[in-house]
Amino acid sequence: MTSNNTRAGSQVLAQLIANYQDAAAKKMPLCQDCGYITAFAKLGNMVVIENGTLSEAIQGGVAAAYNNHNLRQSVIADAFFERDNFKPRRMARIHTSLIRGEVLKITIMPKGGGSDNASRIKMMKPTASPEEILEFITDTVKETAISACPPLFIGIGIGGSFDTVGTLAKKALLENFEKPNLDPKLDKLETYILEAVNKLGIGPGGLGGDVTALGVSVLTGPSHMASLPVAVNINCNSLRSVELEF
Amino acid sequence: MSKIELPLTTESRKELKAGDLVELSGVIYTARDQAHKRLVSLIEGEKELPLDLQDQTIYYAGPAPARPGEIIGSIGPTTSSRMDPFTPAILKAGVKGMIGKGNRSDDVIKAIKRHRAVYFVATGGAAVYLSQFIKKMELIAWQELGPEAIYKLTIADLPLVVAIDSEGVNVFEK
Repeated sequence: MTSNNTRAGSQVLAQLIANYQDAAAKKMPLCQDCGYITAFAKLGNMVVIENGTLSEAIQGGVAAAYNNHNLRQSVIADAFFERDNFKPRRMARIHTSLIRGEVLKITIMPKGGGSDNASRIKMMKPTASPEEILEFITDTVKETAISACPPLFIGIGIGGSFDTVGTLAKKALLENFEKPNLDPKLDKLETYILEAVNKLGIGPGGLGGDVTALGVSVLTGPSHMASLPVAVNINCNSLRSVELEF
Repeated sequence: MSKIELPLTTESRKELKAGDLVELSGVIYTARDQAHKRLVSLIEGEKELPLDLQDQTIYYAGPAPARPGEIIGSIGPTTSSRMDPFTPAILKAGVKGMIGKGNRSDDVIKAIKRHRAVYFVATGGAAVYLSQFIKKMELIAWQELGPEAIYKLTIADLPLVVAIDSEGVNVFEK
């Protein structure tokens, strides 16, 4: 089972490859779930924004993209009180960091709901071993991967605090999955996690095989000495982002 | 690869086995979270449904908007397990086929066995590829739900895998 993909699993991979080609040829969104936008903005201290705010510009641009290009708007105004699919809503969550210089960089990342649902955060004990952290990651994949449209990309955040570790894991998904990590420590860790995940035998579409994940990316950061926050942000087979520089 | 015509008959459901690759043709209906909640609320209140569920097949899907001149936008399966709490009631109301992605709860598998229904999976994420097998789309109910409304789809040779067969055999547990 784990040495190869099953026939059904191989069919999933063939359909996904056809899908990438069809989407490009027909200019249609890869997935009907055109996502919830996370925008990471880096704003230089020498940049002046006229006729509005950075937030208004990003929200306006995102709304125009969805309205003008037949993208499915999956965002609702309020998760508890206004689950109305047509009420006005802000389409993007924006993280802004203030940097030096005359540059404005914006990374736009649409991410599907199903794979975000498959993600988990755990506040682990600061004495937890690497094996225990790996176990949390593989348990998350075991529990949720079948529904999250594998083969997956897995972003992992270790460090920060309860509120920031999820963002760290999401940011990890923006790293280049095609090249080895330049940091040898992280590269070794990512390879170790990827091998463990692909040994689970979940496979493409959950139908069995050794291609459960195509890549793992880890970001670490400072944390309180009492804490070891770990976030596993699962991304489906449609890993989508674009970086704009002004 | 066997070709299956809808609606599913007692015979065809009996022949389908977990792991089979099939191509499905005929009429199906989309319904996802909010439509399931409304349908089950009507069933429990013994009120009239906007469609006859007897022997029908439900697709857990909410399409992207169609471009001008196109039948439908990108459309692939959404996560089936979110429909699990509603599915036993939906099967009791007559549904015989479900199309989605991912595993189902033990209660759903028991209900599938009890009603001799079949659960198929389509490739999650292959939404442009899968849209080519949809030949007609018609709004049936609850337009205000947008992509979550119930649509009647006419499909031709939609490629699927039998995930849970009428005996309750589950491809994800194999």
